[in-house]
Amino acid sequence: MRRHRWLMLLALLVAAFAVAGCGDDDDDDDSGNGAADTSSEQPSSQIQKNDKNASTKLTIGSKNFTEQKVLGEIYAQALTAAGYDVSKELNLGDEQTALKALEGGDISAYPEYTGTALLSFFGFTADKLPNDETEAYNEAKAGFGEKNLTALPPTPFVSSNEVAVTKETADKLGLSKISDLKGKSQDLTLYGSPECRQRLDCKLGLEQVYGLKFKKFVPVDIALRHEVLKKGQADVSIVFTTDPQNKREGFVLLEDDKGMFPPYNSTLVVRDDVIEKAGPDFAKTVELVNEDLTDEVMQELNARVDIDKSTPEDVAGQYLEETGLISG
Amino acid sequence: MNDFFDAVDFIFSERESPAGGARVGGLAKMWELTWEHLQLSGISIAVACAIAIPLGLWLGHTGRGGFLAINASNVGRAVPSLALIAFFVAYIGVGFTNLTLALVLLAIPPILTNTYTGVRQVDRDTVDSARGMGMTGSQVVRRVELPLALPLIFGGIRISAVNVVATATIAPLAGVVTLGDPIINVNTYGDEGRLAAALVVALLAVATELALGAVQRAVTPRGLKLEGGGRWRRLAFAMPHNRREAPT
Repeated sequence: MRRHRWLMLLALLVAAFAVAGCGDDDDDDDSGNGAADTSSEQPSSQIQKNDKNASTKLTIGSKNFTEQKVLGEIYAQALTAAGYDVSKELNLGDEQTALKALEGGDISAYPEYTGTALLSFFGFTADKLPNDETEAYNEAKAGFGEKNLTALPPTPFVSSNEVAVTKETADKLGLSKISDLKGKSQDLTLYGSPECRQRLDCKLGLEQVYGLKFKKFVPVDIALRHEVLKKGQADVSIVFTTDPQNKREGFVLLEDDKGMFPPYNSTLVVRDDVIEKAGPDFAKTVELVNEDLTDEVMQELNARVDIDKSTPEDVAGQYLEETGLISG
Repeated sequence: MNDFFDAVDFIFSERESPAGGARVGGLAKMWELTWEHLQLSGISIAVACAIAIPLGLWLGHTGRGGFLAINASNVGRAVPSLALIAFFVAYIGVGFTNLTLALVLLAIPPILTNTYTGVRQVDRDTVDSARGMGMTGSQVVRRVELPLALPLIFGGIRISAVNVVATATIAPLAGVVTLGDPIINVNTYGDEGRLAAALVVALLAVATELALGAVQRAVTPRGLKLEGGGRWRRLAFAMPHNRREAPT
């Protein structure tokens, strides 16, 4: 009898863990205001299918997080619609892996952020990064050019670091831009990725460019960046521009009034030989696709994957249909 | 091999971070991380001992809850430490205290199981004679069962300690900057920083194992060691078939 009681206790314990584990998934699922309109702009034109492209084989790659997978899917589906023979390789790990795959010819193209490329590939330090979007793109383009890669014109959206606070904090302290934190930051706790502590485009920059001193900096896993704000552990947290949670949780993103955060527009990086062989339809299709990829749209697309649990494939299809690039 | 020397150099000399703007590496900075790492691991193991050893002694002494004590270890091992920490961070929060709690939970099972087993394997005849001499229950525990169980208890502590020292590496994801920081942030520390920190963590784990091994030998009751006998003699003595042939 006694033995049975222990068994039951154990079973309960295990069950509790299992239930708690599952709870994680739908933790921030308040998908009430789900479908923001991505089709507000009229399509400039549709993607035209060109049968001549069928002989060109393309492999579209992406890194291993939501936004990248969505972008990879969008390009893959759009290029398929243009008639190309497209396959996908959408989980390539970090940028070093992706670049190697591209240089080695395993993939034909993948989307990369201008800021990331300059920092990780081309030896820029964060304080030397150009703050102007066009300049950053030109620098990245030149760098890729030396590797026989072409960086196509970037997306309108910028996926950069942002300083976020809750609506309550913003109202209470009267915050709308980062410099408003001056004189208040010493009472506030800042949360960011472990890397943030020593980066010029993060905590170091806030200290040096804005002269802010926070009460405490707490490094956390990047996946927890919204959680800590929502739970009230963090007064200030570093988030990304295109995080869907920003809108859904009503966070206030403080304006970077001194231009400290470098631009992270996404550019599709393609092998030179592929671009040559694929002809003009390739760049034209990418341009059409990029046109509507604004901050809000990207945020919404990420939300559909991260919060509403759609697949990147479905979400990419929705984007192309809702923008009228392909007919549904 | 060059990478290895670069990593060693990182431990001894400070340099500019590859991402710019910060100074990384050097003895002072590495010591800062190491000290935080040691504090976190040390406190976690101490608290785990304070909970698991008395509990194990009591369970072993009374003979109750054997099922719990034995299986605690198995369940503990089945829950990956990464999952345990992720669970804590998501539901209880980040910071030194929460992380210590998570590591304590990680450290308890081996100590508990070994303490329980250590007490149970004490020869029943020895316990009976202790009682026959008029010892009270607590005297039996303190003077007979605990000393005889010590080698096994320390075995448990060693397993836990090495485990905790290794796991404390992921603490920077939960608000505590330990030696895991250079391992996680390769962009700001560079490859040599990552390898350097990994080397130091490995050294710490080995040092912990050796130090606790020494303590274990020091606290093993003389009666279990065989006076004057070396380690090999003890081993030989422990093997029943050798016992018969041992010269008298």
